[in-house]
Amino acid sequence: MDDIQFILNGMMREALSPQTAAVAIAVIGLNIHFGFTGLINIGQSAFMLLGAYGFAISIWHGLPMVVGLLFGFGAAFVFALVLGAPTLKLRGDYLAIVTISAAEIIRYVGRSALLTDFTGSAQGIPGSQFRDPFTNLSFFGGGQFTLLPFNYTDVADGAAWLRIIGWVLVVAVIVLVVQRLRKGHAFAGIGQAALMLGLIVVGLFLLFFLFPVPNQRTGVNGWWVRFIAWGLVLVCTLLVYLLVRSPWGRLLRGIREDEDAIRSLGKNVFAIKMQALIIGGLFGALGGMVYVLPASVQPDSMGRSLTFFCYTALLLGGAATIFGPVLGAIIFFAARIGIKYTSAAYVPDSIMNGQQTEQFSYIVVGVALMLIVIFRPQGILGNKRELRFNV
Amino acid sequence: MVRGAAGLILALLLAPLLALIPTGAAHAVDTLCLPGPEAACIAGTIRTEDGPLADVTLTVTDEAGTEQEVTTGETGKWNLQLDQEGPYVVKIDTDSLPDDVVVTEDEVTVKATFGATRPALFEVRTESYSAETSKFDELVQSTVNGIRLGLLLALASVGLSLIYGTTGLSNFAHAEQVTLGGLLGYFFVNQQGLSLVVGGVLVVIVCAFTGWFQDRVLWQPLRRRGLGLIQMMIVTIGLSLALQYVFQYAVGARTVRVEQANPEVSTFGPVTITNQSIVAMAISVVVLALVGYALLRTRVGRATRAVSDNPALAAASGIDTDRVIRLVWTVAMGLAGLSGLLYALVTNGIKWDSGMQILLLLFAAVTLGGLGTAFGALLGSLIIGLVVELSPVLGMPGDFKYATAMLILILLLLVRPQGLLGKPQRVG
Repeated sequence: MDDIQFILNGMMREALSPQTAAVAIAVIGLNIHFGFTGLINIGQSAFMLLGAYGFAISIWHGLPMVVGLLFGFGAAFVFALVLGAPTLKLRGDYLAIVTISAAEIIRYVGRSALLTDFTGSAQGIPGSQFRDPFTNLSFFGGGQFTLLPFNYTDVADGAAWLRIIGWVLVVAVIVLVVQRLRKGHAFAGIGQAALMLGLIVVGLFLLFFLFPVPNQRTGVNGWWVRFIAWGLVLVCTLLVYLLVRSPWGRLLRGIREDEDAIRSLGKNVFAIKMQALIIGGLFGALGGMVYVLPASVQPDSMGRSLTFFCYTALLLGGAATIFGPVLGAIIFFAARIGIKYTSAAYVPDSIMNGQQTEQFSYIVVGVALMLIVIFRPQGILGNKRELRFNV
Repeated sequence: MVRGAAGLILALLLAPLLALIPTGAAHAVDTLCLPGPEAACIAGTIRTEDGPLADVTLTVTDEAGTEQEVTTGETGKWNLQLDQEGPYVVKIDTDSLPDDVVVTEDEVTVKATFGATRPALFEVRTESYSAETSKFDELVQSTVNGIRLGLLLALASVGLSLIYGTTGLSNFAHAEQVTLGGLLGYFFVNQQGLSLVVGGVLVVIVCAFTGWFQDRVLWQPLRRRGLGLIQMMIVTIGLSLALQYVFQYAVGARTVRVEQANPEVSTFGPVTITNQSIVAMAISVVVLALVGYALLRTRVGRATRAVSDNPALAAASGIDTDRVIRLVWTVAMGLAGLSGLLYALVTNGIKWDSGMQILLLLFAAVTLGGLGTAFGALLGSLIIGLVVELSPVLGMPGDFKYATAMLILILLLLVRPQGLLGKPQRVG
């Protein structure tokens, strides 16, 4: 039972981690590219890295945080323009090859010893150099804090039956929420929306009740950065919801389904694709900034693998859906830690040692990505008909 | 003199790889400096082209004039932990250097920052060595290295291009076959003690079988299901991710070598090259020539080109496209495995992500030459190989040599999106 508690606590911590939120934001951006417009951008990590560099380098060199944000977004904007100009008129796989190459160029430049004073070369920029202006904004105060003042350990001495009932309830709520989201009218009308929000709140409440996660109020990796990170996820989700419902959003879908049809309507397909690339890239940059806040800017931690994780999260949650990226990112990271801890706890060391559990979890991620695309391309929330597009 | 210079260049090229190979005798326990929020580190290695220098004394002076002394360990390494940020002057004590060793500049200034290790670099040489190698010699050596890299890339990229041509799939897992070839070479030759020739043949056979097997259990069923090309591309990404970590699971993150012995070196005029490289280049040329001949002159080669040009038309004229594609997968993966084995021999080691590092060079080569054209891939590979090796000589910083190759790709797409040998058709 202790093992299970340990694994579940680890998964919960990972699910709530600000880096999960950061990846969720980047995946929201990727969803605009891949899900809604059908652009295969395999360089989302470069947008993240550029955002992070713009933000961190500015603050490191004494500029105010607002300027840092502007530089981060500016870098991603220019990057999208440079990438899009030669490739958006070509067939889709050219964009794929160019974005992944350009992402590597950015990483090589960031690693270069010539730019040590700016990028910190391969060692990167430690978080302590740029984090302070952000933590200084905190109004959360200091010290430790558990989100719910009471939890399962206070009730019936934390008996096993209580936890089991709790888990069953949590799973039930999640299934209910997912089913309502899949039907697609979860937010139609005030009553439906209220019910939906109520369910989500109850689910979160139950989770926090079952897995008390104490954290610092402000600190390096405390509630403050979590609050901002998940707040941004919420804002981004809302933004995308509004964007794809607009006439512009319909054009995106149109381009994905049949580019020539949209062109024949007199629309400038190239410009719309470019706008989509830029907007998704800006979300990526924002994700990158959040990603480095509780850690450090390291070019090698934001390489191709991160892009591939973004794709796995997106396809898991469901491309071309509003909540898919967020759900996918949470499940992706929680499941990976779950696999890692489970194999560490139950597989003997002679078969799989500590390091190998980490690698095993990534093997599972790769295989899962293949299986999702083959057997359930629409992911958890998606609509299969939306994902038939081709190059 | 010339030979010494070429040797140095070769040593510099191989140094990062050698540093990764566990030396086994880790007796020199250097004191470690860990940068932290309140600690800055400066570090460096004093070595000549002959090897590291122990017991060299360095003096580190801060702004206030306080001096600290450090001595290099047996591996020539030194480091110093500092509790204050700012510029430090590091001076090498020339008296502590061996008599025949000179240093070009005995003083450097390093800016220490908390949470980071800053390098202090000294150019130390034995007197017999002269840095004045002619630019021309350097150019010739790099050209040979470039052709060598280009030929190895070509082995892998021809297959990548043929797969793209016949199925339309950009196979991101292709690089993992290259790694697989190298790692199987390590397993057969180094672990099992087979001779290089027998091991090499086995590697190619096993890799070709994985190609056949992949197409049998994965790609053909997916084609039959009518899975879109983008979706299939993402499947290859998943496969690549899974395979990489399978490799890491199996051999760990270290670099492994196919042969333990150090390769012997031959010298032709200004060019110094390992004998293994010569053999590898010869094998590449022969194999590539065979593939080219097969494509141009044999029945099955013509069928492959027909499927490449227009699968529907090829099928209508009685070509069994599935068989052709199966053959292409088998041959492509065998070639990639061979390329990986040769790459591991030439660069003196392979590790779990070696393939991933050259994947982008492969894509650059294939796109440069024209997606789907086998001869374009060959041409593109040679260009990319030369660009990678020549760009440092022509003034690009060494860190950017891979970046240059990709930059060229992006620039070419601006003016000629179909690639060098691709047919000009409307794309997208």
